[in-house]
Amino acid sequence: MILDEVKEKFIKGVMREGKRTDGRAFDEYRKISVDTEAFPNAEGGAWVKIGDTQVAAGIKIDLSTPFPDQPDEGMLSVNAEFSPLAHPDFYPGPPKPESIELARVVDRGIRSAESIDLKKLFVKENKVLGVFIDLYVLNHSGNLIDAAALAAMAALNKARLPKIEDDKIVYGEYTGQLPIARSVVTTTFEKIEGQIILDANDHEEVASEARFTLGTGDGDKFASAQKSGNGGFTRGEFEYLLDTALEKGRELRKLV
Amino acid sequence: MTEKRELIRNGKRANGREDDELRPIKITVGVLDKAQGSCLLEWGKNMVLAGVYGPREVFPKRDVDARKAILVARYVMAPFSGVEGHGRAGPNRRSREISKVAGHVFENVVLTEKFPKTMIEVQMEVLQSDGGTRIAAITAGVLALADAGIPMKDLPCGSGVGTIDEDNKRMVLDLDKYEDNLGKSDIPTILSPRTGEILLYQMDGYLTKEQLLEGLDKVQSKAVPRLREEMARALKEKYGGMAENGGVEQ
Repeated sequence: MILDEVKEKFIKGVMREGKRTDGRAFDEYRKISVDTEAFPNAEGGAWVKIGDTQVAAGIKIDLSTPFPDQPDEGMLSVNAEFSPLAHPDFYPGPPKPESIELARVVDRGIRSAESIDLKKLFVKENKVLGVFIDLYVLNHSGNLIDAAALAAMAALNKARLPKIEDDKIVYGEYTGQLPIARSVVTTTFEKIEGQIILDANDHEEVASEARFTLGTGDGDKFASAQKSGNGGFTRGEFEYLLDTALEKGRELRKLV
Repeated sequence: MTEKRELIRNGKRANGREDDELRPIKITVGVLDKAQGSCLLEWGKNMVLAGVYGPREVFPKRDVDARKAILVARYVMAPFSGVEGHGRAGPNRRSREISKVAGHVFENVVLTEKFPKTMIEVQMEVLQSDGGTRIAAITAGVLALADAGIPMKDLPCGSGVGTIDEDNKRMVLDLDKYEDNLGKSDIPTILSPRTGEILLYQMDGYLTKEQLLEGLDKVQSKAVPRLREEMARALKEKYGGMAENGGVEQ
């Protein structure tokens, strides 16, 4: 706690001078890498690094029962695990509000943009395919939402449809690609000392007053939004967020 | 299961409201005896009860903050609150996410640094739901905090806003359950009327920049003034006579 206070003061001091502690511009992402070959056993997978942050996404596709109000549509489920190996403050146990929020924000983007054509996942009456996306935070060095959303989308774009025989999945055999209509990514802003930065690292997040995540998809549209943290954003700041998210979203979608 | 029904009839909202019209809102503060502050809020068919405990001793003790009060917000829907079957009691993933963002709204305005090493709890129970329950619950929570006499910088408020037409173009305020479930987008928004800052913003849908700004402006210009009026009325009903009465509650 004492260390956090010292850290917060230091980062705020640097921000007041118009700089970031790692020398980046306010709207500059760290180096991003996307490896979609990492998990060959999964129907789709991706290991994403943004600077030192590492998040893995694994997709399993299984037969399941549809929701009663959508009997002809496949299912989508997104879950996030903040592994205790990712950060000294992460402990085993039931999911924390932060991991629930992350999973739900990623889920909303994919669902709202209708990224997956769920109608094509109908098998027969009372049987559909379910797409299960598991997001594993492996190293928390900040901006987990963008890393997770990027990993989920990269994995979806590579995901294969399993073969079905006699109402059973034939493991290891595939009939084609999971039908993806469009890609969505997120752009997450943090507000520190009245300044707005992109892709905060974990130290900057400690000093952050407020967060805004915007999901963007093809056609320059917004697919999700989530304001978090105790601070607020003015209308003028909101407009800046929208413009910047569209611009950065176009670049990020090229990576998936 | 949501039955299919039309949202727009003869060019108007099927529920009879104008595009910028909110549902009837009825607010009563001080409805519970044990809680330090409380509020019963009816917003259309939504009914939410909020109660505030604290500042009091922190539990669990390891959460204590030497610099300020910690604020605990809990939003839950009762299993009988919906028009559908029996729901599951207690928090789920949706309600835990809402509790988190509700807590951010309260923390923005409560002067927590005045009560170090204590805890302030805002309990919000949704007893009946008809779309827009998080907005109703947070409004009730804000009023329960005010009723508890906890110092705040502002009374945040807002509304849902979203598109309900097939073309995904027509922005309407305060979506009800059917408009939310069957419509194209929904953006629960809460602002701080004093600063104009966005304190809560969550979006489902696929919208342009212009549409997001249109939605925000609708909440700011149409929903916030109406809510301010209703909230002030509810507080004056209980506390309005105090000035003439030597500061004693009537």
